[in-house]
Amino acid sequence: MNTPREIWNEAFEASATRVADFSTMSGVPLDAVYGPADGSGPYPGQYPYTRGPYASMYRSKLWTMRMFAGFGTADDTNGRFKEIIKSGGDGLSTAFDMPTLLGLDSDHPMSLGEVGRCGVAIDTLADMDDPYRGIDLGQITTSLTINSPAAPIFAMFVAQAEKAGTHRSRLGGTLQNDILKEYQAQKEFVFPPRQSMRLVRDTISFTAAEMPRWHSVSISGYHIREAGSTAAEELAFTLANGFAYVELAVAAGLPVDAFAPRLSFFFNAHIDFFEEIAKYRAARRIWARWMRERYGAQLERSLQLRFHTQTAGVSLTAQQPEVNIVRTAIEALAGVLGGTQSLHTNSMDEAMALPTEKSARIALRTQQVIAHETNVAHVADPLGGSWFVESLTDEMERQAEELFAHLLDLGDGSMLEGCIRGIDDNWFQGRIADSAFELERKFNTGQRVIVGVNRFTEGSDEPSMNLLEITNEDEARQLQRLASVRHDRNQAQVDEVLSRLAAEAADPEVNLMPTLVEAATAFVSLGEMMDTMASVFGRHVEVPTI
Amino acid sequence: MSERVLIGKVGLDGHDRGVKVVARILRDAGFEVIYTGLFQTPATMASAAVDEDVDLVGLSMLSGAHLTLAPLVVQELRARGCMAPVVVGGIIPEHHVQRLLDAGVAAVLTPGASAAAVVAAVRDVLAAAHAAD
Repeated sequence: MNTPREIWNEAFEASATRVADFSTMSGVPLDAVYGPADGSGPYPGQYPYTRGPYASMYRSKLWTMRMFAGFGTADDTNGRFKEIIKSGGDGLSTAFDMPTLLGLDSDHPMSLGEVGRCGVAIDTLADMDDPYRGIDLGQITTSLTINSPAAPIFAMFVAQAEKAGTHRSRLGGTLQNDILKEYQAQKEFVFPPRQSMRLVRDTISFTAAEMPRWHSVSISGYHIREAGSTAAEELAFTLANGFAYVELAVAAGLPVDAFAPRLSFFFNAHIDFFEEIAKYRAARRIWARWMRERYGAQLERSLQLRFHTQTAGVSLTAQQPEVNIVRTAIEALAGVLGGTQSLHTNSMDEAMALPTEKSARIALRTQQVIAHETNVAHVADPLGGSWFVESLTDEMERQAEELFAHLLDLGDGSMLEGCIRGIDDNWFQGRIADSAFELERKFNTGQRVIVGVNRFTEGSDEPSMNLLEITNEDEARQLQRLASVRHDRNQAQVDEVLSRLAAEAADPEVNLMPTLVEAATAFVSLGEMMDTMASVFGRHVEVPTI
Repeated sequence: MSERVLIGKVGLDGHDRGVKVVARILRDAGFEVIYTGLFQTPATMASAAVDEDVDLVGLSMLSGAHLTLAPLVVQELRARGCMAPVVVGGIIPEHHVQRLLDAGVAAVLTPGASAAAVVAAVRDVLAAAHAAD
């Protein structure tokens, strides 16, 4: 009988190794992993994957430096993407503006002042080409950070790629498509929860059948944490949402191993260094256990939780913004020591504005320093076995299991129902607001320190740095383009596909993706697709609570 | 009788962590706080201020649309004969503060403002409004 260490050795031998000097600065050769002397495990790549999803981790491949960008018109975003790639970034994540995130066209009255401000504006297929022009989407994977309108935006992306000659089956990337956390935290919702979940089901089924390289949902704790939750709440709510999507797809008749390998996760890296690392380790362990024991997954890929990390925007300060470079570096290091598969580092000016090209470059350089200078990526799960980190990992798991028990109770044994009920009852929203207020109270009493804000404020009144200004010129250019697309397209074709979309939306058995792709191809606008679906689905209104 | 404050989110910005924290801070400081919820327009915000007969209107703005939307809220309030002062809080770059004040906003709270600073700003603005009555 081979020991876990021996099994790991075999797996490691079979893995690719990247070219690097795997020794310390003074020449001590480093093993790719360390463990107990008796060879007992588990090791990285071994169930329940606490120590990492893969045996070789960063020895085979560093994490993907996936920088999130988007502002102004699609042309502006294209320029920033190319700058990121030139600087050594190897993944892209597209930020959409507020109207796009809420499924509104740029010429909708509510879009006034918001077009192109926080991301790229996408109204029709005509806008979908530009962000990625000159970028090989076969080489660089892209993530579409969109939720309520995920299905129509994804349809436009697929339509655009196929128009440009790349068949959908070859497209690799990620659709965020995590609607549950919108009601809980980020609040960019359009349709009521159950109708939105039908669209999530449609995208999962569509990608499972036709797009084997695509990640259908990026189950996101990032926004839950930014909205104010604790680390344990981020962990628990995110995984609970993940289980809800699993139950949704299984209820639609998909075998769990047909879609689970294409689910991925997205966590926050906040400033409490060890707690964050413990959170990632606990997440992998919980996901593996639940997927195997509760949902009967068999494929290893279904059990291995893989995640993207973003440093905590909410930890950045407007005061003495250069200090944010330090905060981001520490948070990024937690993500790496926790075994992240990809990472976005925030820029120092993001407490005030979207980043300038220079500050975004420094953020990417921060990752490159961690990757190439510090040697921390040489050894997988370097904190595994630490009494402290193992104990904190157990505690994160214990707190998460308590929250799961409450949600299962709410849902009479169903996590899907528990999550929807928790949204309807404002349970998630209330927990998050309570935790945010509690943390704020600690800042106000000085119980927790923020350098430059409630302690060490000398220098905090210095004038702020140069910030990126988004001008209203972009809004005018975008409106012009939308008007010309509406003028040039075949309106009869638009009307036909929209009436079909309405009819299909009314039949919950139909998968809406094929018709949405057709609509995208006919230059139907995002707002038109969303309004048509809303005429059947209705719109979600949150009861305001303090 | 405690003074009534209407706090809301105008436009498409869904960031509601700050607005909820501020609402609780003001409630704990003795104000009667009414929260509009998300996705208000300048017109719905102003109507709510009139209907609720509030003494002050607070706007939480994190998406960058403050220069477009905050002046519209002031205009909609005045058009309805409501003279309640408007306080804006959120991600407001320093060089935008004066432009908001010029557009009729009474005070601007920027990132990092403490609970005490929020309460003090609201009290000062209310005192100035009463003095002008």
